[in-house]
Amino acid sequence: MAALPEPPLLQVRDLRVTFTTPRGSVRAVDSLGFTVEAGRTLGIVGESGSGKSVTSLAVMGLHRGAEIGGSIALAGQELTGLTERELSRLRGRKMAMIFQDPLSSLHPYYTVGEQIAEHVRVHFGARRAAARRRAVDMLGEVGIPEPARRAGEYPHQFSGGMRQRVMIAMALVCEPDLLIADEPTTALDVTVQAQILELIARLQQERGLGVVMITHDLGVVARVAHDVLVMYGGRAAEQAGVDELFAGPAHPYSRGLLDSLPRLDDADDEPLRAIPGSPPSLLAPAPGCAFAPRCHVAAAATPQQRRRCATERPEPRPYGAARRSAACHFAGADTAATAQTAQTAQTAQTAQTAQTAPEVSP
Amino acid sequence: MTVETGPPDTRARPDRAGTDPAEPLLRVRDLTMTFAGRRSAPVRAVDGVSFDLAAGETLGLVGESGCGKSTTGRMLVRLLEPTSGSVRFDGRDISRLSPRALRPLRRHIQMVFQDPHSSLNPRQTVARIISDPLLVQGASAVDARRRAAELMELVGLIPEHIDRYPHEFSGGQAQRIGIARSLATGPRLIVADEPVSALDVSVQAQIVNLMERLRAELGLAYVFIAHDLSVVRRVSDRVAVMYLGRIVEIGDKKSLYENPQHPYTRALLSAVPLPDPVAERRRERIVLLGDPPSPAAPPSGCTFHPRCAKAQAICRTERPLLQVTASREVACHFPGD
Repeated sequence: MAALPEPPLLQVRDLRVTFTTPRGSVRAVDSLGFTVEAGRTLGIVGESGSGKSVTSLAVMGLHRGAEIGGSIALAGQELTGLTERELSRLRGRKMAMIFQDPLSSLHPYYTVGEQIAEHVRVHFGARRAAARRRAVDMLGEVGIPEPARRAGEYPHQFSGGMRQRVMIAMALVCEPDLLIADEPTTALDVTVQAQILELIARLQQERGLGVVMITHDLGVVARVAHDVLVMYGGRAAEQAGVDELFAGPAHPYSRGLLDSLPRLDDADDEPLRAIPGSPPSLLAPAPGCAFAPRCHVAAAATPQQRRRCATERPEPRPYGAARRSAACHFAGADTAATAQTAQTAQTAQTAQTAQTAPEVSP
Repeated sequence: MTVETGPPDTRARPDRAGTDPAEPLLRVRDLTMTFAGRRSAPVRAVDGVSFDLAAGETLGLVGESGCGKSTTGRMLVRLLEPTSGSVRFDGRDISRLSPRALRPLRRHIQMVFQDPHSSLNPRQTVARIISDPLLVQGASAVDARRRAAELMELVGLIPEHIDRYPHEFSGGQAQRIGIARSLATGPRLIVADEPVSALDVSVQAQIVNLMERLRAELGLAYVFIAHDLSVVRRVSDRVAVMYLGRIVEIGDKKSLYENPQHPYTRALLSAVPLPDPVAERRRERIVLLGDPPSPAAPPSGCTFHPRCAKAQAICRTERPLLQVTASREVACHFPGD
């Protein structure tokens, strides 16, 4: 079957988002590129200030006042440069978003049924009664019991988990192809989080949705994502399939994140391997690699190599498997190096202990 | 077991002197907190919580929002006065003491809060923040400042930054300030309420390591309150799982995590996403139905029964009490598999 190569559902290339602040302009996202295919989930992982939420808002065209450069294409259609009117026709219909705090995204004065039905009326020109029926169906589909009755209730009458279900119903009622979920379960309890993640996965399968799951929780990524983009300081640090990333992170930051996690299944007799320092400020970006000041690979490198990390910004380069990339001058050197360093450190320590042992006793 | 050995008031002992072997550092019995509802029925946020904590031990207190873990923590440090029940610290019931009688004991029990920035006064320098507890306890200004600098070094801050203000520090550093303040008076017990959950993932491990090191160096006991079960497993010796104001399971960390007996503990543990995609795909999850019920209208009998797959008739009518099962205490009519 020689079909025309279809454009990916979402293709972002060389995305740059710049804010003007009283303290100067801030490049919150820089040189970012990624792809989301229909039926797949891209997990975007990062800490505060990594640019993960800014990226999602840029895709949705929800950045007032920010300067957006590069290209964002939804099923082949370029979104940058569209007018607000054109964007609002796409939002909800072709792409939709859910947020961390559903209560602040719902209007307190309207029933949830009315709020969901409004989307159907705006995008499909449906009549009031038909739109309402559709809203009730959708509430049932996201697992809200007694949907017909609950459609007549107000947001404050729903629990946190049920509100997030309402948000999902609202996002998907016009059958978009792309769902962006920005920390959708961060405010929820872990048992409710499990329900919501399961719901999103089911709806994705039923509808062939492309999903962007933005989170700081590597456990959530491991559970739901097919592909992962790790962001640091507004840029891509690493992109990989979920199994490759967790099996062998190529970027020292990805490795640092994984190593620093306390896990339910680890031995707990040695200290966690914490990443020193704190995430960088975007107001004064370093000329080189943003992670260099905290990087264990850079710290162990020769002065010459270290200078390179401090002055030359690493661009994402292919690494290992197809479509895998890492933005590090020494990508992958890490895995081997860590093992080696660990070994040398251990040997050194043993040697030292042997040496100092007799001196310890007074 | 109630062993009363001598009048507790006579023990004006120096710091960290030998403890009476019969009495743990902290003995909490039947602790209950009822808040008057404004328009609703009174809310029993904590309902008969009991546990012991030995000197130098860490008890993890876990549960979902509204389970009463923070309220419990606040009663332990007497930021809240319990409605009933007792908190015996070092043999002395502190739950009913007047603020004046409490003051000399406060130095032994300190608290670390979740949000490092909002728990530090933005208009005070670090010197002032850390030395305030010492000044309250009667130290001279010079001594307090010197001690503050030592404490900064102890928690991994640069002592030269002593005259800076909280906003000049990152979240992780601000939490170090909060910890330094809690250590100023040489406490024996620290109640830490979600001390790492507001921090970035890469910074959490630093603070966890710091707290573990301090515990070892200073012989501290912690009550570590958190919703993150991985972090709690990491730091705790024993763990108590709370649901709707009650402890449903409490015991040794290892056995509780590896072989949970209460259906809620099992569901909670199976809901935590593991940072391992291969394990995640293989895992069998117990997905609970519905949300935790409101503490204003708790279900009858075992409050977990509406969400429990194993619930029988007795669970609807009879409240299960904590009973020793498989080397820990479980409040369930049908513990285990």
